[in-house]
Amino acid sequence: MTERPGDVLLEARGLTRHFGGLAANSNVSMTLRRGEIHALLGPNGAGKSTFINMLSGDLPPSSGTILLKGDDVTALSAHRRSRIGIGRSFQRTNIFPTFSVQENCVLAAQSRQQQPGRIFRPPLQNEAVVARSHEVMALAGLNHCASQIAGTLSHGEQRQLEIAMVLATNPAVLLLDEPLAGMGAEESSRMVDLLARLRRDHAILLVEHDMDAVFALADVITVLVNGELLESGPPEQIKASPAVRSAYLGEDEGTDYA
Amino acid sequence: MTRFFRTFPMIAALAVLLVFPMFGQIFYTELVAKTLILAIFAMSLDLLVGYTGLVSFGHAAYFGIAAYAIPLLTPAGAVNAIWWILPVSVLAAALAALLIGVFVLRTKGIYFIMVTLAFAQMAFFLFHDTDLGGGSDGIFLNSKPTVTVFGLEALTLENPTHIYYFVLALTVSVYLLLRWLLKTSFGHILIGIRSNEHRMVAMGYNTFHYKLAIFTIAGALAGLAGFLQVVLTGFVTPEMLAWHQSGNVLLVVILGGIGTLIGPVLGAFTFIALQEFAQGLVDRWQLVMGIFIILVVFALPGGLAAIPARLRRRLVKGADND
Repeated sequence: MTERPGDVLLEARGLTRHFGGLAANSNVSMTLRRGEIHALLGPNGAGKSTFINMLSGDLPPSSGTILLKGDDVTALSAHRRSRIGIGRSFQRTNIFPTFSVQENCVLAAQSRQQQPGRIFRPPLQNEAVVARSHEVMALAGLNHCASQIAGTLSHGEQRQLEIAMVLATNPAVLLLDEPLAGMGAEESSRMVDLLARLRRDHAILLVEHDMDAVFALADVITVLVNGELLESGPPEQIKASPAVRSAYLGEDEGTDYA
Repeated sequence: MTRFFRTFPMIAALAVLLVFPMFGQIFYTELVAKTLILAIFAMSLDLLVGYTGLVSFGHAAYFGIAAYAIPLLTPAGAVNAIWWILPVSVLAAALAALLIGVFVLRTKGIYFIMVTLAFAQMAFFLFHDTDLGGGSDGIFLNSKPTVTVFGLEALTLENPTHIYYFVLALTVSVYLLLRWLLKTSFGHILIGIRSNEHRMVAMGYNTFHYKLAIFTIAGALAGLAGFLQVVLTGFVTPEMLAWHQSGNVLLVVILGGIGTLIGPVLGAFTFIALQEFAQGLVDRWQLVMGIFIILVVFALPGGLAAIPARLRRRLVKGADND
């Protein structure tokens, strides 16, 4: 089967997660397709992080099913989900500060090559892994600082590295938790360009508070409120929805979100 | 140039160690051999504490298990070729670490510290309270292992000078082996786990497997140190597995500088020198030792291994001020 844009890559069916008596997510379903950016919106505490954590395998759902390309992956651990093509980035930057930018990317790419013969060699001598690190550094715009120690990068560059590391693992599905958080205007627009380019080959779930970016990028928007799916549809529908306006966007009424 | 300045002191130190037995008394030759054994022990622990972020408080278990393997796994009266008893002894420690690792590595942080200690205590009481290994008295070795190469006796391990060179060769080998290992992708994966295990999992690493691998390697090398200790002293006692032994080796690592290989070696020399000095000075020598360690921890974060970098920074700063 050849993979085309529009193929369903990841599907969540009726995901529910309780923390004690609190339902952080109840009965949330979602479909992520190749070639689509699916934005997940909701006020703080709406359950967006819980939802991402269930998709990435960091948190087992209380009930519901997760399918990757039709296969049930609900019971797979987080590292296995990464190996089969679900990559996630983190809201708080999660890089390895003492390694160089390239070493960070190499460490991520090496995760696809964990055979003993490849592990017991200096990382920069593994040609396939090094080649992949160059590709993702070029994609994320980090070529100029490949040998810089990651901890000394600017905040925006660290966010770019965060994305580069996810890409180095060759995921089909990208779960991106606030990739634009704390970025300046210029860095932000560069990241938006990158995400638009990644759309073609990936299915992307985007959690983001920057509404300009969301409406510029998203093909589909799902709104969560109190752990429940409020509405899901194309950006125009969400923008026009009275329910969304009152529940989420509605705090200062009359604002134009276009 | 920097490479030269980094390598030169080590070559010089190695040269001093090579000629040392020709000048020192037997007492000091044995003391330095004891120090080098502690250095191997501490390097093995630093793989866990410094590189992988696993603070094991029961590392003496593997040191002691390898030691007990010598009398327990050699038939009485037999002449023991080192080519047999050394691997058997190290493998016993590795196997114990593998089995214990499967359990303890499911815990984290303070729980990991307590569970490693608990398993080590179990091993201690196994040898201390049963007749398995001679109880609290331990066992004296009737004869030292023999070292023959092509039928010729290469070293006599009854001779302290021979033991010294044997220990020195193994210390250098372990150092070089670990220096290589930590520069491979495997080493980077360990450092990644220490730095951010959650991210490593998210990138597709089964971190449990890597932690189990390094826990087993660390156990094997602690076992090598335990083996050498018995070759040096000629007897095994339950004290080799006692919790203060685990504590001491942890102190050596902290004193020398965690997350470096040279740190545990510097720590071992400082620790033994301090012990000798303080013991000769006062009855309550452990008090002197304790005060010194507190001073180092406060005045030198990063341990003794961090001194060159601190000096360099100070020199650079001084030059800037001129």
